[in-house]
Amino acid sequence: MRNFSAPDLHVKIGPLELKNPVMTASGTFGYGREYAPLVDLNKLGAIVVKGLSLKPRAGNPPPRIVETPCGMLNAIGLANIGIETFLEEKLPELRGLDTHVIVNIYGHHIDEYGELAAALKGVEGVSAIEVNISCPNVEQGGMAFGIDPAMSAKVTESVLDRTDKPVIVKLSPNVTDIRVIARAVEEAGAHALSLINTLTGMVIDVETRTPMLANMTGGLSGPAIRPIAVHMVYQVAQTVKIPVIGIGGIMDWRDAMEFLIAGARAVQVGTANFINPRATLDIVEGLRRFCVEKDIDRIGDVTGSLVTNKKL
Amino acid sequence: MKIKISSLKALYGISFPMMIEQRAEIVSNQPVTRYTWLMGLRSLEIAGEAKPGQFVMLRVGDGLDPLLRRPFSICGTRDDVFLILYRVVGKGTALMTRLAERAEISVLGPLGRGFGLSEEGVLPVLLGGGIGVAPLFFLAQELTGRDLRFLMGFPTAAEIITTEHLGLAPLSVSVSTDDGSRGFGGFVTDLFKGDLEAYSSKAESLAVFACGPKPMLKAAAAMTMGRGISCQVSLEANMACGLGACQGCAVPADREQERAYFHVCQDGPVFPAEAIDWSGI
Repeated sequence: MRNFSAPDLHVKIGPLELKNPVMTASGTFGYGREYAPLVDLNKLGAIVVKGLSLKPRAGNPPPRIVETPCGMLNAIGLANIGIETFLEEKLPELRGLDTHVIVNIYGHHIDEYGELAAALKGVEGVSAIEVNISCPNVEQGGMAFGIDPAMSAKVTESVLDRTDKPVIVKLSPNVTDIRVIARAVEEAGAHALSLINTLTGMVIDVETRTPMLANMTGGLSGPAIRPIAVHMVYQVAQTVKIPVIGIGGIMDWRDAMEFLIAGARAVQVGTANFINPRATLDIVEGLRRFCVEKDIDRIGDVTGSLVTNKKL
Repeated sequence: MKIKISSLKALYGISFPMMIEQRAEIVSNQPVTRYTWLMGLRSLEIAGEAKPGQFVMLRVGDGLDPLLRRPFSICGTRDDVFLILYRVVGKGTALMTRLAERAEISVLGPLGRGFGLSEEGVLPVLLGGGIGVAPLFFLAQELTGRDLRFLMGFPTAAEIITTEHLGLAPLSVSVSTDDGSRGFGGFVTDLFKGDLEAYSSKAESLAVFACGPKPMLKAAAAMTMGRGISCQVSLEANMACGLGACQGCAVPADREQERAYFHVCQDGPVFPAEAIDWSGI
């Protein structure tokens, strides 16, 4: 019998329940308020704020971004206001919202991850922590942790030791086998995984023979990386039992649906925010319509529904 | 769809810049010189709200390549239409030349902080280099009725852009060309030296508004800063979001500033010359 009631878009990421599976990806949505004049933030599944470190970071010298075919390369260098200023100045605005705020954290050393987690312990208005062990644009820490399974596990443990909040670990695609890292982080106790962060890349100006970015290399994002991301999400979802959040070049609801089918419980939208500020909400609407048209009662039923025995 | 700014204020207790994202009709799209085109876009909201020095982010097409929006200074308004001047330099701007009248493209704006208008009794000196004249036309439009100096520099006579091209009220301007094919032979900053000498006794009564290539802005900053002349520069940078989220458009801040970098989209694109670390430009 056809179900005429509205489809249920709620999803659970470990202990966290989201009203829909669409979040903003860290570093692409500022601290939320930048998009407030254009997007009803209350309609988002969650806002993942710009990655925060213990101390403010100025970021890399310019040029920091360059466009690539169907994508962009960035080397922002985790420019951020620091955890203290975030808690004092940005979080109070976000607390008034009817959505989850997930704080992305980044440390130079394992201890710093723990300190950041401690600074967020018991803080009202922060629903979860996303641990960045995958930034390709900083010298210390970042991806150095995320490409080593033992280090990835240690960072995860040091955060879990000092927090009462759900912990999501964001994985790097710049590894030989992402499943090895995923397994290590799961065993360390993470509540969920998010993937993929950007792929390391380089663009050269042939006239001057110099790199287009001052940092030489940067992280590639946008629709150009989506098939890689979908594959990695599929691989990881086959490997771990904890929820997987799919990220990588999602521009519209079809792209989001690909990730869900591949095994993601939710998605994060990044670069698309720059092109279409309302991309996240358009995706929520698209998913809702799709569910109605296809008689899907709960969006959660789509997760991991890949059909592999299709006969032609 | 637009969210009421007033309700945002009630929600967050702070005010937000007015900006909208919408599809705007192209009312005109014509070349004005060999490499420079003028596009008119219909948007009552943007044309009504925009201040000189502010910019818009245009989505050139609905495809994924080019992917990012392109930033353009607003060079003037006519009723519910805002104008942009663009130089055909790459894939995005080449595609723009093929956009037909009555087509609609997505626009986001008005964005950034524009020029701070100087008080009466100060003589505005508008200093434009090449396509950098764009926001200065809008500023001149805003300053209609006031005495001002408008100095423009172009590589050669064929590239000179005039108010006539823009369909705006005529203005008295001084032109320089790098090759001397029209007006003063040399850079516009060399032309400006003449003004500086003429006003040497009352240099503080000048207020410079400059936009153009980085070496030109650097020269303008050096010429004004030591003399107590206020100088505002409009900068450009590679940009992804246009509203302060991606932090891609960093520009080094002067040591005296509280931060290492400004963001051209949000803190600018117009900056007081002394706020910038010109050694890093």
